[in-house]
Amino acid sequence: MGVFKLGKMTFGSLFKKPETVLYPIETKPQPAGLKGHIAIDVETCILCGMCDRSCATNCITVNKQENYWEIDRFQCVQCGYCITVCPKKCLSMDPNYAPASTVHKADRFDVPTQDAAPAKKAAEKADAPQPAAASAEDVEKTSEAVDSALEGKIALMDPEKAEKVRAALAARNA
Amino acid sequence: MGKKSIIPFGPQHPVLPEPIHLDLVVEDEVVLEATPQIGFIHRGLERLVQTKDYNQFIYVAERICGICAFGHSMGYAETIERLMGVEVPKRAEYLRVIWHELSRIHSHILWLGLAADAFGHEALFMHCWRLRERVLDLFEKTTGGRVIFSVVKVGGVQRDIDKSMLDEFISVLDGIKDEYIQICNAFLNEPSVYNRTAGIGVISPEDAWNLSMVGPFARASAVNYDVRMLGNGAYGDLSDFQPILSNNCDCYARMEVRAAEVPQSIDIIKELAARIPAGDIAVPVKGAPDIDAEACNVLEQPRGECFYYAKGNGTKYLDRMRMRTPTSQNIAGMAVALKGCDVADVNMIVLTIDPCISCTER
Repeated sequence: MGVFKLGKMTFGSLFKKPETVLYPIETKPQPAGLKGHIAIDVETCILCGMCDRSCATNCITVNKQENYWEIDRFQCVQCGYCITVCPKKCLSMDPNYAPASTVHKADRFDVPTQDAAPAKKAAEKADAPQPAAASAEDVEKTSEAVDSALEGKIALMDPEKAEKVRAALAARNA
Repeated sequence: MGKKSIIPFGPQHPVLPEPIHLDLVVEDEVVLEATPQIGFIHRGLERLVQTKDYNQFIYVAERICGICAFGHSMGYAETIERLMGVEVPKRAEYLRVIWHELSRIHSHILWLGLAADAFGHEALFMHCWRLRERVLDLFEKTTGGRVIFSVVKVGGVQRDIDKSMLDEFISVLDGIKDEYIQICNAFLNEPSVYNRTAGIGVISPEDAWNLSMVGPFARASAVNYDVRMLGNGAYGDLSDFQPILSNNCDCYARMEVRAAEVPQSIDIIKELAARIPAGDIAVPVKGAPDIDAEACNVLEQPRGECFYYAKGNGTKYLDRMRMRTPTSQNIAGMAVALKGCDVADVNMIVLTIDPCISCTER
């Protein structure tokens, strides 16, 4: 025991630089992996909607009809789950924070898929060898598999609904 | 002999970081009885398992509490892995434990700062939080977040720590250790601090055992229990682990135990960083938990044992998720410790259980 135990550290602090920085004149360097905001590479995006469906806060909207990808920065919690589920890896975490905003408005990105992407795909298709036409036997096998799967689903339905579905199926087959 | 009166303590009180209410039955400045009341910040997070799938819920779990954020995401992920029979790669287990021990360091240093603030030592409080800042910087560099990390996923972890970063961990922690010893010197050997904490809020080892107290609060009453002893995950690979105990059973003992747990965590990180195996950091997890599958898990959070329970229903949404957090266990012990103390010591006793009300109420 003895008094003034913090003396050495307190005295040393007099000759050290301050721990804090003079924000906003001076800022601390941001590490490369910082969770700043979600960024999208619109050229690669195929508007599959996986990010929309997997988002825990429902902040992403994917609209395939109007070709846009939208994110509400006010709702996003930067968890990064959308990045892990993205099949084309077009989403990424940008280390810079999104700038402050005075209006509550979602960030919309137009995805150029209508003109450029289909043309490119068509060109690729033309180069690729055409698959052989499916034989009648294969078609029969597939339809049998579909029927059995449907039967399984119908068995789980309400009796009334099941009857309606059966009638509709019979009408379609006829 | 004075008249019995009731003093309301909290939910808003300078010493409380989070809201808890106590009805203190007082006579002549001596507390005869304390009745705790919680429920001010209940958010119903466990119910959310029915609307978020088991992958999404990990981001909810880590938002239960800002200080135990990593522990909750790790505990939840381990529970789901048990539920689905997923085996996590060894490297991921090591990384989880390294981050978890790092979060224990920041939690304990934060608590020491709060304790210093509670007994009126502002300079000590500032020094503690200055050190904690270095730990948070390590988190920021490796996970991208300072409080909420979102780095654990079912089946492993999302980010790897390379060799150079692990070396930086060790050099930063060594730098902290030297300054930390000086700070601990002020906490444990300063007579003004000793007089304020020694002999206050005593709980006997029998009471601690009977009231199911957990964590440093119980270990300060000589209860030899720490979940890390069970050797779950990478804890099983440690060469030696002995819980830190004290026989004094008072506020000073609780401070002593927490102060000693920080160097212990630093040693664990150093040992695991030296032995971390190479390999994958995650395995793909597909499918959903079976119908009526159940799994339990325990994890040593900075505040004590946390118990997790999950039940599947054949879909991606869990049927039930339950957590029993350390503070909900320790509140009963706190009410006992408050009996017979001075009104002036109430804030010190409440603080020494390290109450985490956000965890308790979820």
